[in-house]
Amino acid sequence: MAATTDGAAAVVAADPLPTHDSEADRRPPAADQPVMDLLRFAAIGSVDDGKSTLIGRLLHDTKQLFDDQIEAVEAASRRRGVEGMDLSFVTDGLRAEREQGITIDVAYRYAATPNRKFVIADCPGHVQYTRNMATGASTADLALVVVDAPKGLREQTRRHVCIAALLGVRHLIVAANKMDLTDWDESTYQRVVEETAVLVERLGVESCTVIPVSALNGDNVAVRSDAAPWYDGPTVLEALEQAPAGEWAGAHGDRRGSGARLPVQWVLRQPGGGRTYAGMINGGPLRPGDAVAVLPGGQRSTVTAVETLDGPLSEAAVGLSVSVQLADDVDLSRGDLLAAADDLPEVVTQLVATVCWFDPRPLVAGAQYRIKHTTRVTPARILSVDGRLDVNRLELDPAESLAENDIGTVTLAVATPLAVDPYQRNRITGSFVVIDPTTNGTVAAGMVGPPALTPLGPDSARLDAHR
Amino acid sequence: MTTTLDRSTAGSLDTPAETAARTSVDHLDLLEAHAVFIMREVAAECERPVLLFSGGKDSAVLLRLAEKAFRPGRFPFPVMHVDTGHNFPEVIDFRDRRIEELGEQLLVASVQESIDTGRVADPGPGGMRNRLQTTALLDAINAHGFDACIGGARRDEDKARAKERVLSFRDTFGQWDPKRQRPELWQLYSGQVQPGEHLRAFPLSDWTELDIWQYIERESIELPSIYYAHRRSVIERDGMLLAESEWVVPGPGETAREETVRFRTVGDATCTGAVRSAATTLEGIIQEVAVSRVSERGATRADDRFSETSMEDRKREGYF
Repeated sequence: MAATTDGAAAVVAADPLPTHDSEADRRPPAADQPVMDLLRFAAIGSVDDGKSTLIGRLLHDTKQLFDDQIEAVEAASRRRGVEGMDLSFVTDGLRAEREQGITIDVAYRYAATPNRKFVIADCPGHVQYTRNMATGASTADLALVVVDAPKGLREQTRRHVCIAALLGVRHLIVAANKMDLTDWDESTYQRVVEETAVLVERLGVESCTVIPVSALNGDNVAVRSDAAPWYDGPTVLEALEQAPAGEWAGAHGDRRGSGARLPVQWVLRQPGGGRTYAGMINGGPLRPGDAVAVLPGGQRSTVTAVETLDGPLSEAAVGLSVSVQLADDVDLSRGDLLAAADDLPEVVTQLVATVCWFDPRPLVAGAQYRIKHTTRVTPARILSVDGRLDVNRLELDPAESLAENDIGTVTLAVATPLAVDPYQRNRITGSFVVIDPTTNGTVAAGMVGPPALTPLGPDSARLDAHR
Repeated sequence: MTTTLDRSTAGSLDTPAETAARTSVDHLDLLEAHAVFIMREVAAECERPVLLFSGGKDSAVLLRLAEKAFRPGRFPFPVMHVDTGHNFPEVIDFRDRRIEELGEQLLVASVQESIDTGRVADPGPGGMRNRLQTTALLDAINAHGFDACIGGARRDEDKARAKERVLSFRDTFGQWDPKRQRPELWQLYSGQVQPGEHLRAFPLSDWTELDIWQYIERESIELPSIYYAHRRSVIERDGMLLAESEWVVPGPGETAREETVRFRTVGDATCTGAVRSAATTLEGIIQEVAVSRVSERGATRADDRFSETSMEDRKREGYF
């Protein structure tokens, strides 16, 4: 039984995979094979539930580690009195992390199977490093949620899943870890499935596969285990290979997505006069002939060319950096947005947003900051704090302020009009960061609109039962 | 190389007849687009950026990405080489030729000058100068008032680098504090610093060694000849093959011998090892990299062998 806690977007049954025992695993695909895509995923969950060990195990068992890296991990393990290899040392590379046995900041690791490159963000589990977890999850297509199965979902696990979902991660793989400690007890696994189901339903997650694993021993990570005969779903590696890639940037035609957007980064002067407007395309592809609006000003024009150093394009996909020539001489500079004329974002000077607050000093009404939205930096004032999210109940409670690591809703006013989309429609034009003008530090992640929470269904009581 | 290229002649009025549709993108397209995006953000947000160029393959890729970001304009920053004085002549030739082709400005921050002016102690004729680059770099940053250094470091090179942000903050002492990095969400890179502080910007953060080589092949990027297999007189020392030179001579019990080798990285000649290889083409190198069992730095950098956190310690002091 593969526990897939989603509806329509079910994870398909595992196809037989190439074995991962040869040295050729890191070879690029041969010319006649399909192109290599890119899946970004974040390993999240509570401290000590085994995220770093699981990532270390995954890299080790798929032969992604070099011999000298393995020797270094073995040596570091020996120095700390660990038998064999402490696989968490693969990603916990900082001195303080190894001393304390915890992850402080995100480690990025890379892996590749024949048709897919993986960018892995191994996130810290501690509450005090939630900002670093959010950093890792903000660009993820998928979250690999590591749960200590015998202990079940903790508050910090819920916080992480909640932040990942609010950040727009729509696909989860839940590794029910440490199953070896329960002697592979099916009911322990089943309890993780049930706890997860309630959470992801409320958070609007599209697919979620729960896999019983032992990161320590490698069961069901890259290699199928016979320890759990009652489980016939994919291994972690199989689930990662089958997940949709490029979700975060909407590269694969997100049905909820907005029309084409190009935040202007830089103006390029062309020889013989004329200008092109450089930036990265999001929301939808851009073509010569497309009618666009220049925001926030509102002038209309038509794209006459989409340029790159390698020549003009007749169509440019989401995620490409290009420069665009317009038919009209419009007033357009860095910070402005080109948007598909038939699907415009809203131009606002005041907005409601969901924020993850990272600063030790609380967020209160009246405070003044700078925000960076697409390529524009502008002063902003907090008009009101409207609510705080209870990550256990997944309800917004009334609040006057937000403390460090709180998630809440605020209303803010901005000095320059901004062209925004709701975050659920566009992760680029719907996101911003809040910057402290005195320290230049980033103090919050902001998402345009209230948090996307599905109203609780009849089975909401189960949430309390398993807390 | 792998992009779907739909050659079409149906361009709009102002578009030249030959345009291509890029409707599907592969991993190299995405890495390139992201790196170009980062360069443009740094150029726009920072007052005085500089691009650090070592003459190696990663900085050769950086130069190509800067062309992609800013042509037909000039680069909105100078290019700076931190010169240890222990160079492979092929690399300096390549550097000067490339900069001239590009028509950009080259600055040289000299470790020899730091030694001559007493800023750092001379480690002696055969001594490693990699760590001394930090002083020359920080002095140049101060002298020119740079607030951002664009570098070619990759997160797959080392476990400390794996932890670093794309835009990485440095205090007025040039120090990296790995426990207090700024949150960095989405692609919202914040380039603001106070006077005296600066940023290091790493557009190649998410590239692996293999990605770099595949991109060099796809873009036909020229490299110093020492990256390709050639005959050279080498000395085996601490498990590494060092090129015999005026700074590296056989010590007691050592002998120099001719071998067919190539370099996997390019750095200070006293601590950059060669690898035995017959790969004389990009294709051959890519095959070699794909099946290599030893990491790039593990194979070729003597300076990473001192302790398990060598790179973190050097980065804390302000190293690249």
